[in-house]
Amino acid sequence: MRSGTAARAGQYAALLAYLLFLALPFLWLLSTAFKPPRELGGPHPAWIPRDPTLANFQQAFAEQPLLRAALNSLVAALGAAVVAVLIATPTAYAVARRRTPLGRAATGWVVVSQAFPFVLVIVPLFLVLKNLRMVDSVPGLVLVYVVWALPFALWMLMGYVRAVPAELEEAAAVDGAGRLRTLVSVTAPLLAPGVAATALFAFVTAWNEFFFALVLLKTPERQTLPVVLTRFTGPEGVADLGPLAAAAALATLPSLAVFAVVQRRITSGLLAGAVKG
Amino acid sequence: MTRAAGAGRAPSRPRRERSGRGGPGRDRPGRERAGPVRGAWFLVLPALLPVLVLSVGPLLYGIALAFTDAQSGRAGPTRWIGALNFRDLLHDTLFWESFRIGLVWSAGVTVPQFLLALGLALLLHQDLRLRPLARALAIVPWAMPEVVVGVMWRLVYHPDAGVLNETLRDLGLGDGRDWLGGPATALPAVIVVGVWAGMPQTTVALLAGLQNTPRELHEAAAVDGAGAWRRFRSVTWPALRPVALAITALNLIWNFNAFALVYVLTSGGPGGRTRLPTLFAYEEAFRYGQFGYAAAMGCAMVAVISVILAFHLAARLRGGEDG
Repeated sequence: MRSGTAARAGQYAALLAYLLFLALPFLWLLSTAFKPPRELGGPHPAWIPRDPTLANFQQAFAEQPLLRAALNSLVAALGAAVVAVLIATPTAYAVARRRTPLGRAATGWVVVSQAFPFVLVIVPLFLVLKNLRMVDSVPGLVLVYVVWALPFALWMLMGYVRAVPAELEEAAAVDGAGRLRTLVSVTAPLLAPGVAATALFAFVTAWNEFFFALVLLKTPERQTLPVVLTRFTGPEGVADLGPLAAAAALATLPSLAVFAVVQRRITSGLLAGAVKG
Repeated sequence: MTRAAGAGRAPSRPRRERSGRGGPGRDRPGRERAGPVRGAWFLVLPALLPVLVLSVGPLLYGIALAFTDAQSGRAGPTRWIGALNFRDLLHDTLFWESFRIGLVWSAGVTVPQFLLALGLALLLHQDLRLRPLARALAIVPWAMPEVVVGVMWRLVYHPDAGVLNETLRDLGLGDGRDWLGGPATALPAVIVVGVWAGMPQTTVALLAGLQNTPRELHEAAAVDGAGAWRRFRSVTWPALRPVALAITALNLIWNFNAFALVYVLTSGGPGGRTRLPTLFAYEEAFRYGQFGYAAAMGCAMVAVISVILAFHLAARLRGGEDG
């Protein structure tokens, strides 16, 4: 029994080490965000700011159009999430409920999309959007994000659709409910939490995205938050650490909030899709 | 980039036995559903169209561009130049150096990431007291924007204001150094960040795999006196293997495609020591405007990705029917 206790202690120690490795960088970011310039420039930076201040946040908003950028990010992420889910839900339903060549094509596409070579696609995508006059515009970015979010939205939704027993729909049909009626009053309520989780996941993905936004958005007023964050590096190449940390911490809040809400659902949802794939 | 962690578990192997014109008995249900199938096409169309226009189309367009002299903002028309871009690329030592760095980065991130994630997943699978908190914390890096991850680690690595050097000084291990600016330390430092950022997805995927391991078998093995390592080898690993293979192949590919982290951390410096091929191609296309040449680089990267996929599929097939 004693060896069991020792093993337990070892496990807790290992878990603690993992948590420190995962959490400490983020705590340092927060600590830096509240430090006055004196502490940032001076020797011996401390974990807990000796003189905590909100000046960095003020300065961050003064230096860069953060509100504007957050608004752009919000529009892009909301647009992408809503459109992707609107498009993906019927598809996922059709694919998950019936065995057709489409189902296999869709699953194949989900797999291929994970290996997608973004470098190869970005130049032609840029040219295509230029022809559509959608380069350097948030709607153009939304379009790209929708396409980019579709595979995994499809993937998650297919899992959720399969989790709704087909027998329930059949029972409703036996009871005389029409096809539409069945969908609206039997399937939709059961599917709603999954759809919400998928939308939130698509939202976070788009909110965090950097590469496409960097290439496609040139006008500063149209850029999203991640792109604006990279501009805190001054002309002489030295980053203004305090405001940079403050802005970075703020940019993380929405993603963290969403993840906190749907954490369990995302993991279980992805797994449901995976296990039954 | 955020990815669906479970995606690797899709049946990427073509299932001949199902798609083939099986026995007549198999054909009948298909015919019965002929009506709804037409409806399915209608439902799928809204998803199909944007994917074709903005995903499949650009992919083919990109491959075609590699055989042209397309440049940004050029007055004259773009011409076909055959394999000239590829011939140039073959002699481009800078690109191949970057290519080598990309492979080192990709493998250097994927392997420790897998081992660390496996350890964490095994711990989280145990009945430990802090499990809910640990599970929530373990996916925090997943939720963070990659740019923020990059900014955050720049603060950790910062020569003066960074916590790493301060800790080293406190421990009396010298004065610390400029981790991201030093030619010798830049790539390893960047790789550590890559491992940190990608651990959650891998952990979640492996946890899913662990949930498939037969618990009774585990207990039976324990009763029979098998030690922890023995139980892992003979019960856990066989069940985990397919997931492990899939997530490793995906991680290799994702890491090879990585861009934002390194762009924010070092922009490829110092002296190109961390210039991944994605950064190289990005600069070629959007700084120097060489669209055709950048597309050729993209094609070279696709070749690597295809090789990884081929190896993965081969390993899956060799894994046999249980895999």
